[in-house]
Amino acid sequence: MTKTLLKALMTSAVVAVSATGVTTTAASAAECIAPANPGGGWDFTCRQIGKILFDIGAVEKPVQVTNMPGAGGGLAYNTVVAERSDDPDLIVAASSATTTRLAQNAYAGMTADQVRFVGAIGADPGVIAVAADSDIKDLGQMVEMIKADPGSVAFAGGSAVGGFDHLKPLMILKEGGFTDITSVKYIGVDGGADAITQTVGGFTQAMTGDMSEVVSFLSNGDIRVIAVLTDERVPGFEDIPTAKEQGFDVVAVNWRGLYVPKGISDARFEEWAGKLQQVADSDAWAQAMKDNGLAPFTRVGGDFQSYVDGLVSDINAMSKELGVLQ
Amino acid sequence: METLANLALGFSVALSPYTLMLAVVGCFIGTIIGALPGLGPSNGVAILIPISFALGLDATAALVLMTSVYYGAMYGGRISSILLNIPGDEPALMTTLDGYPMAKRGEAGNALVLSGAASFVGAFLATIGLILLAPVLARVAFLFGPAEYFALYLLAFCTLGGMASNNQAKSAIAACIGLGIAMIGVDSTSGLPRLTGGNLHLYDGVDFLVAIVGLFAIAELFFFIESHGKGSSIGVVLDKVKIPWKYIRETIPTMLRASGVGFVAGVLPGAGASLGSFLAYMTEKSIAGEKGKFGTGVPKGVAAPEAGNNAAAGGALVPMLTLGVPGSGTTAVLLALLMTLNITPGPTLFRDNPDVVWGLIASLLIANVVLLIMNVPMVKIFVKILSVPAWILLPGVTMVSTTGIFALTGSYFDLLMLIGFGVLGYFLRKLDVPTVPVILGILLGGNMEDALRRAMTLSDGDPSYLFSSPIAIGLWIAAIAGFVAPMFLRGILKKPQAVSD
Repeated sequence: MTKTLLKALMTSAVVAVSATGVTTTAASAAECIAPANPGGGWDFTCRQIGKILFDIGAVEKPVQVTNMPGAGGGLAYNTVVAERSDDPDLIVAASSATTTRLAQNAYAGMTADQVRFVGAIGADPGVIAVAADSDIKDLGQMVEMIKADPGSVAFAGGSAVGGFDHLKPLMILKEGGFTDITSVKYIGVDGGADAITQTVGGFTQAMTGDMSEVVSFLSNGDIRVIAVLTDERVPGFEDIPTAKEQGFDVVAVNWRGLYVPKGISDARFEEWAGKLQQVADSDAWAQAMKDNGLAPFTRVGGDFQSYVDGLVSDINAMSKELGVLQ
Repeated sequence: METLANLALGFSVALSPYTLMLAVVGCFIGTIIGALPGLGPSNGVAILIPISFALGLDATAALVLMTSVYYGAMYGGRISSILLNIPGDEPALMTTLDGYPMAKRGEAGNALVLSGAASFVGAFLATIGLILLAPVLARVAFLFGPAEYFALYLLAFCTLGGMASNNQAKSAIAACIGLGIAMIGVDSTSGLPRLTGGNLHLYDGVDFLVAIVGLFAIAELFFFIESHGKGSSIGVVLDKVKIPWKYIRETIPTMLRASGVGFVAGVLPGAGASLGSFLAYMTEKSIAGEKGKFGTGVPKGVAAPEAGNNAAAGGALVPMLTLGVPGSGTTAVLLALLMTLNITPGPTLFRDNPDVVWGLIASLLIANVVLLIMNVPMVKIFVKILSVPAWILLPGVTMVSTTGIFALTGSYFDLLMLIGFGVLGYFLRKLDVPTVPVILGILLGGNMEDALRRAMTLSDGDPSYLFSSPIAIGLWIAAIAGFVAPMFLRGILKKPQAVSD
């Protein structure tokens, strides 16, 4: 009988050990921290980039992926800043959410200049969608409706108030000359699909999110995408107009990229930037982007760092205006 | 006919020896994960995802493995609820209320077999419901806006008062403690952290598993230490395991009703298995009335939450597959798995990937049968664990669940919090305050608040928005009835008792 218990204990120990075993690091191999549980966007970034880095020979040993969920990426950020700030073999998955949270001081006082952003090599384009039977035909009409009555269009999105999905329609409205952004209604729900459900159900009038979130609803005919927030129309979705061509110069994409610790040498930073460029140019990455609804968006090295700096200060200013940040 | 043809396609995908083996392995691992406090189904599946990548499984194989683990964990959660009075995972919480008293009475085997059968009925009916109704039910989600969700959660809390039969005020206090704990973390409506004291570890809020293991397992350990190993409530009289046909026959209507309630709760995105088992239990309790003696170890009290939570587990797959909206924590992880396999759940999934969908459904049916077979004969093994003296069993359970919690986040902070909850649980029990409402407060409080705040945002703070649809009004009436009815019923039911005294 004790044996049965022992067996149970051992089985669970095996489960536990194999769980942690996957995430342990060999000393010399590069490590990629995904600041979330397996399965999400950051996990995808680490696993895909890590795999391609090894497959194309940019690194000698397979890249180890460590999942470090917590505080929306804050826990991983804190670990990198406080404990591993000179580790040359460490890369960390990041996206627009990382910069949004940094800009809004959501990482308990840590700032964007405590790490170095090495590059982004793909992006999920931002979209504004309405229910298929909605009266709203285009972006201009929507902005006019809100100007006439700010309460007439409520938005649903997958991020919290002040998050990136919330900021997208606000950027458009500011371009359209509407400045009272706190009067715009927005509810943050659990992900883009839920936001679409609320919009199709008529509880909100528009959905703000990413292209990958709307694709299956789009082909099913439940919704219409009235604008995509990219420079050019997205390949495969040529019938969806950009915000730019409708007269609203707003580009908002959810980029997928990496940051590295601040304390590494400039040479090592450039080296990582070069490796990332190699991944961006590979066929494997082109395929991975296609499979996951990402559009090409390559900015590496110093170029990317200045893009991130600009993004952080823009979001910071807008968040103060919104009141989500003092 | 089309459904049958599709199902045949599904079985042709799922019925290879290799996938069958994966189903058996998945069911076994799932049952263990479910039974161990500290490893819930969502974490179990999350932990296994990297392993399925490492094994290089294809989409179908990975799905079969994960859904077997998912259903297995739903079955397994009841084992520690019944045997140890420690719920193995969130949805198994309600099973402790009648399962453990039954086991104390020497009917541990009966309770396990009965709950296994109830789990089978719930899961089986839910899978059938998924096959027949998925496309129709997907539309139900469009009818539920913030006001409707708020009323639904309100219904759950209003029936809570009737749960602890001895003192309603104490269970209300307990629920408030739970609601308070649910407030911790980043507020999703304003994006600002609340009650975190600037501590990053608290930004994501308090994990249910930490609360459950702390309030139940660790608190039990403190009692054990206090009494120097005597007087612990752990240790149940062993009986011969026979199939209690009488109980199963008696509880068939309960199982059917509970499956229905659970399935509907599961279909609603965001409600999930915990709400399913809770509503199923409370429905049966109110049908049986005071005479039903719920809470004292009645078979119906074991069958209802188990049928309810397994049906909800199946129901939760409906919005996940048809809308891409996960109906529970575990389906959120399964959703993530599908996305990493380059399959995007949503309205077009049934059309674009019929092999994946029907393979998944077939594997659910297979897993369910495997689990029934595994859980009835093997129940003896689980009951035998009981005869291990408490001084080995309790530290063993504590060790395993602590390891489990640590494996989730790799953070020592959760362990400190675990002990904190243990202390809280110890004092609450000393004060005779029930701990189940605390957990329910943590589980449902956040969702309820979100629904209310969203409703207020959309309506510019106009409370009448909360009663603006027939569904919302219906739920409000049910909630008020659920809150008020026990007060009157108690008066009516107590009088004859007083006479007989």
